[in-house]
Amino acid sequence: MSILIIAEHDHKSIKPVTLNIVTAARKLDTDVHVLVAGTDCTSAAEEAAKIHGVTKILKCDAPELSHRLAENMAPVIVGLADGYTHILAPSTTFGKNVMPRVAALLDTQQISDISAIHDADTFERPIYAGNAIATVKSSDAKKIITVRGTAFDPTKADGGNSPIEDITASGDAGLSTFVKQELSKSDRPELTAAKIVVSGGRGVGSGEDFDLIEKLADKLGAAVGASRAAVDAGYVPNDYQVGQTGKVVAPELYIAIGISGAIQHLAGMKGSKYIVAINKDEEAPIFNVADYGLVGDLFDIVPELIEKL
Amino acid sequence: MKVLVPVKRAVDYNVKIRVKADESGVELNNVKMSMNPFDEIAIEEATKLKEAGKVTEIIAVTIGPDKAQETLRTAMAIGADRGILVATDAPTDIGGVEPLAIAKALKAIVEKESPDFIIMGKQSIDDDSNQTGQMLSALLGWSQGTFASDLELGDGVATVTREIDGGLETIEIKLPAVITTDLRLNEPRYASLPNIMKAKKKPLDIMKPEELGVDFTPRLSVIKVVEPPVRQGGGKVANVDELIEKLKNEAKVL
Repeated sequence: MSILIIAEHDHKSIKPVTLNIVTAARKLDTDVHVLVAGTDCTSAAEEAAKIHGVTKILKCDAPELSHRLAENMAPVIVGLADGYTHILAPSTTFGKNVMPRVAALLDTQQISDISAIHDADTFERPIYAGNAIATVKSSDAKKIITVRGTAFDPTKADGGNSPIEDITASGDAGLSTFVKQELSKSDRPELTAAKIVVSGGRGVGSGEDFDLIEKLADKLGAAVGASRAAVDAGYVPNDYQVGQTGKVVAPELYIAIGISGAIQHLAGMKGSKYIVAINKDEEAPIFNVADYGLVGDLFDIVPELIEKL
Repeated sequence: MKVLVPVKRAVDYNVKIRVKADESGVELNNVKMSMNPFDEIAIEEATKLKEAGKVTEIIAVTIGPDKAQETLRTAMAIGADRGILVATDAPTDIGGVEPLAIAKALKAIVEKESPDFIIMGKQSIDDDSNQTGQMLSALLGWSQGTFASDLELGDGVATVTREIDGGLETIEIKLPAVITTDLRLNEPRYASLPNIMKAKKKPLDIMKPEELGVDFTPRLSVIKVVEPPVRQGGGKVANVDELIEKLKNEAKVL
């Protein structure tokens, strides 16, 4: 039997998280197919065909998939389900939106946000905001799974040469329509895919002073994150938030500035390879997880860091 | 319009949880329990819509132990008109009643109550599955508006702004629909003492899963639950120069 991956893409190109999901899929079986479902998505499908370790691309190109709404996506995936033992998607907002709909239509109990694979039925997943790790064994015939991308290394984006097979769509369910999208415009890397993340917390003090965090991030080619406290205080938009209720990141380097280190925040970043903490309170819990803690005033330290890097 | 608001009794979000010594789950004895924070946002939103004259009746429903009646009373103190408890002694965090079973139970209640829409939390902060709303929507064949940060009710439709990776997306969905809440949708109010007193007198029905014809047998068995690996932190540097030196030569990340 084979594994089906639901690709994360923007119709033109494949999002990097898809490469991590391929690694997870190959732990289950070597016959790994990738579904690219969208509108005018040929270039994304061609890019997917080059991914190392993939054996076939299924391309579903239809106008009603232009915004990949759950009501139109789910029937396409359900229609393919017969040929697969496992169906995997990244636990992005797209995967989280669509996959439970697929699982319910297949009368299957989804396994969300897996962080390790033991065997074909047994998976690890973080619960309680990552404060516990559960190992669960599924008794369902088919597994519907969302995968925490940062828990698996990405496979190579090239080297593959998979055939692309066109599949027919299921039509418009007529339940929902797209109105508009407001994406944060930024030249910075995406938070969940960045090698370096620089995050600010309530200690930064204001939205204006958050510029300092962004300057350091730009100097390092890093993504910008924030604690929930900084988001709640209105310094930055919600999609900057790293933590239990925001994004889970695991970059090579995470720099936490003016962040105290609430459990909520730690849950979103403690998988980082190296953690730097800059905080004036030497008792702040963030220092307990930091490899390199620097106690002091961020308004002295960060400008000096920007200058000397 | 009539709205159904599923809510869940879960560990309070300020509690630092402990894993049980036998690795069978998370210790919930003598631990503070509250309404799941995303569900509070759902009740608040329904209440605001009722105050705005767009909703006529709010029904709160929960699936859980007898003590989950408290969660329903909290929902009624915020604004729900009545409550329904589907009583079960099975765990509701892990190894017990799972999202698919909950979605099936809620579907059975929807068939009895015929709400115009459902608003509920996007996930509960115990098992973190983020599935029930989407599953319920699928089982009913309804539209879904997940991770909502803004909601406008129109004539037979709802306009939902969704928190997505990288920004916001606005969609229009046909009613009936399932809407799930994200943090930014609103800030739940504190229930006033008079409203807490009034909530005690509101109707609360208790039913059994069998009455709904739903099988709660779990599909996932819990092999073990353990603490995450402890991170060895606590390292300090004296100044910016030392930090840069360590990042370059020791961590080799710059």
